[in-house]
Amino acid sequence: MNQNLYHKLGGEAAVNAAVDIFYRKVLSDDRISEFFDDVDMESQAAKQKAFLTMAFGGPNNYNGMDMRRGHAHLVKRGLNDSHFDAVVENLAATLKELNVGGDLISEVAALCETTRNDVLGK
Amino acid sequence: MPKIRYQGTHYDCTEHQSVLDVLLANQLAIPSSCRSGQCQTCLMQAISGKPPAAAQQGLKDTLKTQNYFLACSCIPQEDMEITLPDASDLRMKAIVKHIEKLSNEVVSICLQSDVPIAYRPGQFINLFRDENTARSYSLASLPDQDDCMQLHVRKVPGGRMTGWLHEEIACGTQVEISQAAGTCFYAPGNMEQPMLLIGTGTGLAPLYGIARDALSHGHKGEIRLFHGSMNRDGLYLHGALQALATEFANFRYFPCISNEAVNDPLITSGHVLDIAMQQHGNLSGWRVYLCGNPDMVKAARKKTFLGGAAMNDIYSDAFIPAQA
Ligand SMILES: Cc1cc2nc3c(=O)[nH]c(=O)nc-3n(C[C@H](O)[C@H](O)[C@H](O)COP(=O)(O)OP(=O)(O)OC[C@H]3O[C@@H](n4cnc5c(N)ncnc54)[C@H](O)[C@@H]3O)c2cc1C
Ligand code: HEM
Ligand code: FES
Repeated sequence: MNQNLYHKLGGEAAVNAAVDIFYRKVLSDDRISEFFDDVDMESQAAKQKAFLTMAFGGPNNYNGMDMRRGHAHLVKRGLNDSHFDAVVENLAATLKELNVGGDLISEVAALCETTRNDVLGK
Repeated sequence: MPKIRYQGTHYDCTEHQSVLDVLLANQLAIPSSCRSGQCQTCLMQAISGKPPAAAQQGLKDTLKTQNYFLACSCIPQEDMEITLPDASDLRMKAIVKHIEKLSNEVVSICLQSDVPIAYRPGQFINLFRDENTARSYSLASLPDQDDCMQLHVRKVPGGRMTGWLHEEIACGTQVEISQAAGTCFYAPGNMEQPMLLIGTGTGLAPLYGIARDALSHGHKGEIRLFHGSMNRDGLYLHGALQALATEFANFRYFPCISNEAVNDPLITSGHVLDIAMQQHGNLSGWRVYLCGNPDMVKAARKKTFLGGAAMNDIYSDAFIPAQA
């Protein structure tokens, strides 16, 4: 958790502003959309919020083990570094669209990076 | 693994097993239909133990606080003692007042309950044929304008409920129904917002209710209703919808046929979702209602969202059939 980053981004309001834009990008990105396609959209949206809150440094209850467990079924389906990069790229593009500055976007990307090994089950 | 206690007996749960799975596996009679958290026919109540949040999704707050939950979506996290709801609390008796054939496959059934029930057009009720057989039907009527609750029921070959509704019930038959549930209805406010309504088959029932409700609230934005059917016969209420379009300048009706030659200039040939999306590529700022065939609804949720509609502005009811 990184209170400072979360605060600077605008907290929960920023998450709410980002969720539709980010999810729309992910669903239209052929590199990764298959991972999100068969899950119910409504509950997906709630999970996107959890993801964004975490990536923005906000309050969450996930540890590395949860991230491993939560993505293990996707790793089995072939989730790899290129997919991870695509998600971070879509996240950066979302923030850019919301006029977030480059330095903050880099901070978000760096925070995501700390979860890479857990998400990819390495 | 947690245990559940029901009617004095303990049952062991295995991982990923829902309360409904456990009870059905033990040959207990529990009503259920969609088995995916949509229809609420599997409503139960916890006497002790807290139902997980996922098992209370979509329930009214009053039900949540009384620890009601959906058995099909409840994977117990702790020991629970559970019971079926007391039928007299949550079910009402209603009388069939009127039955009318709307097409070869669809009948309209009008019900009047002893105690008037509060509902919004587009919500659904569960109709009980007996203790364990219940199905959901959407409300096409307006509570403040129509005397009865109106359902549109399409006959399903070999259907347990629809066979009975189409062939056996008559005016005066008494049935049991649940309270109204569901979030697919018109909420007044934002009166200029354009609305796109897409339905297949009897998905028209909730949409007809929602469109009339919006118009009677004086909704100002465009309201566009796309109704899809395989054949001409399935375009029931065709005349009524055309009349509505004549009466209200902001309401338009687009009938679509996917599986039969069309020789009527007012009817479009093709799949209703494709046709609606061709005409509405940009849905940014729109409110969207999607009802009927579950595959259509799922595809439409995605397409309209990608087309720019906000997630919070997309309302839908997938008519998920009962699991065997
Ligand atoms: C929220 C909600 C709202 C609904 N609103 C309406 C409504 O307004 N009007 C309406 O007519 N229905 C509506 N339904 C569907 C309805 O609840 C029943 O599923 C339907 O009437 C069939 O019931 P049955 O007992 O006759 O068929 P069952 O006895 O349950 O089914 C018999 C067989 O037919 C298959 N089957 C069932 N439905 C279909 C189908 N549509 N297409 C192809 N095969 C099928 C089943 O898989 C089964 O093999 C709604 C469902 C939900 C979840
Ligand atoms: C950038 C690092 C990532 C973080 C911090 C992260 C975080 C999360 C979180 C918090 C959840 C919600 C878990 C829950 O509440 O159930 C989740 C779910 C999910 N994530 Fe990630 N995630 C990351 C990367 C990815 C990638 C790269 C993919 C695929 C391309 C992905 C696909 C999914 C999917 C599909 C779900 C839903 C799983 C389900 O419904 O079962 N995630 N993620
Ligand atoms: S909500 Fe449980 S069976 Fe439909």
